[in-house]
Amino acid sequence: MVVVHVVGQARFPWVPAYAVFEHYLVGLRRTWRAGVFSSFLLPVLTVLGFGLGVGAYIDQGVGGVRYLDWLVPGLIASTALQVTVGDSTWPVFSNFRWVKTYFAQSASPLRVGDIVAGHLAFVLFRVLTTIAAFLLVTGLFGALRSPWAVATLPVVALLALAVAAPVFAYTASVSRDSWLAMLFRFAVIPMTLFAGVFFPVESLPEVLRWLAYVTPLWHAVDLCRAATLGVTPQWSIAGHLLYLAVWAVAGWLLALRAFRRRLVV
Amino acid sequence: MKRFGDFTAVAGIDVEVRSGEAFGFLGPNGAGKSSTMRMVGCTSPPSGGELRILGMDPVRDGPAIRTRLGVCPQLDNLDPELTVRENLTVYARYFGIARRAARERADELLDFVQLTDRADSLVEPLSGGMKRRLTIARALVNDPEIVLLDEPTTGLDPQARHLVWERLFRLKQQGVTLVLTTHYMDEAEQLCDRLVVMDGGRIVAEGSPRALIAQHSTREVVELRFAAESQEPFAGKLDSVGERVEVLPDRVLLYVPDGDAAVAEVSALGLNPANVLVRRSGLEDVFLHLTGRTLVD
Repeated sequence: MVVVHVVGQARFPWVPAYAVFEHYLVGLRRTWRAGVFSSFLLPVLTVLGFGLGVGAYIDQGVGGVRYLDWLVPGLIASTALQVTVGDSTWPVFSNFRWVKTYFAQSASPLRVGDIVAGHLAFVLFRVLTTIAAFLLVTGLFGALRSPWAVATLPVVALLALAVAAPVFAYTASVSRDSWLAMLFRFAVIPMTLFAGVFFPVESLPEVLRWLAYVTPLWHAVDLCRAATLGVTPQWSIAGHLLYLAVWAVAGWLLALRAFRRRLVV
Repeated sequence: MKRFGDFTAVAGIDVEVRSGEAFGFLGPNGAGKSSTMRMVGCTSPPSGGELRILGMDPVRDGPAIRTRLGVCPQLDNLDPELTVRENLTVYARYFGIARRAARERADELLDFVQLTDRADSLVEPLSGGMKRRLTIARALVNDPEIVLLDEPTTGLDPQARHLVWERLFRLKQQGVTLVLTTHYMDEAEQLCDRLVVMDGGRIVAEGSPRALIAQHSTREVVELRFAAESQEPFAGKLDSVGERVEVLPDRVLLYVPDGDAAVAEVSALGLNPANVLVRRSGLEDVFLHLTGRTLVD
């Protein structure tokens, strides 16, 4: 028997997007184990393989810095990128096509903006927890040379928004999931290889160097590297932050438009 | 009215659903039922015409209206990674319901749809009927004044269908307004106080199930099956019997006020059908008469 009763109200002002974020957190309680390998163990193995293994052949380091120490901030940014793109592609696609969570959400009082913001907040949460654990482990390896290393957290948060928002828009617009694998093949992997993660962009020919500058990843790599090494970045800090913010804001607007097209028809 | 590019899904319908009634949209696939439901659910702005839900404008007041609606979509969109109970509590949070109240509400609803013993099971292994009941429970999490049900029992086995009907009937008794679409005539007869038959985005008939039968069909139907290749030659001889004769590939239907009298007339004509069935006329006869027997897709 359903007793008709007055629905209890939350004591705090209710933020609709937070209810969406909470939904994903409840799901994470059951699925986090699977994510640990790809988002955390893999980069740690990369640190061991590249940093210590390859680093052993690079006697003079990079610009006088031990290769491991030079590599770790790059991996912080590229790991954040991997987690961001992974969490903004298949899960978003599934919410439209397979599990259809977004449609269930849009039948409730939530607005499209709440649905997008709540899911973006969850991607942000995943990136921040992954990178926090990553900092802890690399710190134990002695690869963080400055207390400024904690500043990588806000940097990767901004990188995550700058990448997740447009990728949300992209995923909402594609009709088949094979387009998502293309994004990895033609954007994430080249970006990871050429945006200064494993070697300085100065080693690249002029044209490719400019391509690296265009990617959001390079800006985050430069900031992260400056933070963990305790040096000034190659570019102005404000310039980096502003460039990433432009990606985030433009991506947010595109994502809203793409989601609205799918959910309000 | 709803247009998608050049295609008009809902050309123009004029209905008024009263508070506390159970109202049905019937029609073949592509009749515009789901488009209508999405417009009423405030997730699809009408391309023209006037639509008011609970006295409000669905385009301007969407969230305010949706707070008071419950929606059970045609295809279940439960979260398979959550448990049965979590699916309800998480959804309750979308309505701003406090955590504890959400838990209590979830337990009440699980009891209502008889899923209490599966509360902590994941959604994935549940049967179709259980998922459907959970989707209905989720649509009730905010104590809605109106519940929209898009084909609530499609694909369910008879036991599950009867359980769903019984629960929906109880909701109706509690004063909840039900708006549903269905292809099942028995479902419409069971649940709806009033219904419209839609075809090609328009309403072709409107009324209570009983009034529709009275208006568009006869009281009884006689089904005759002749042991022959074609039923056509026999049909010609039956024109004088009843109000309407319909010839199908395998049988002849006579629409008559009195079935037994008609059967007597058929024998008086010297015809000897292999099989005779007299039955009461139902909504299905009305439906097929109004929307035709041709497959739409």
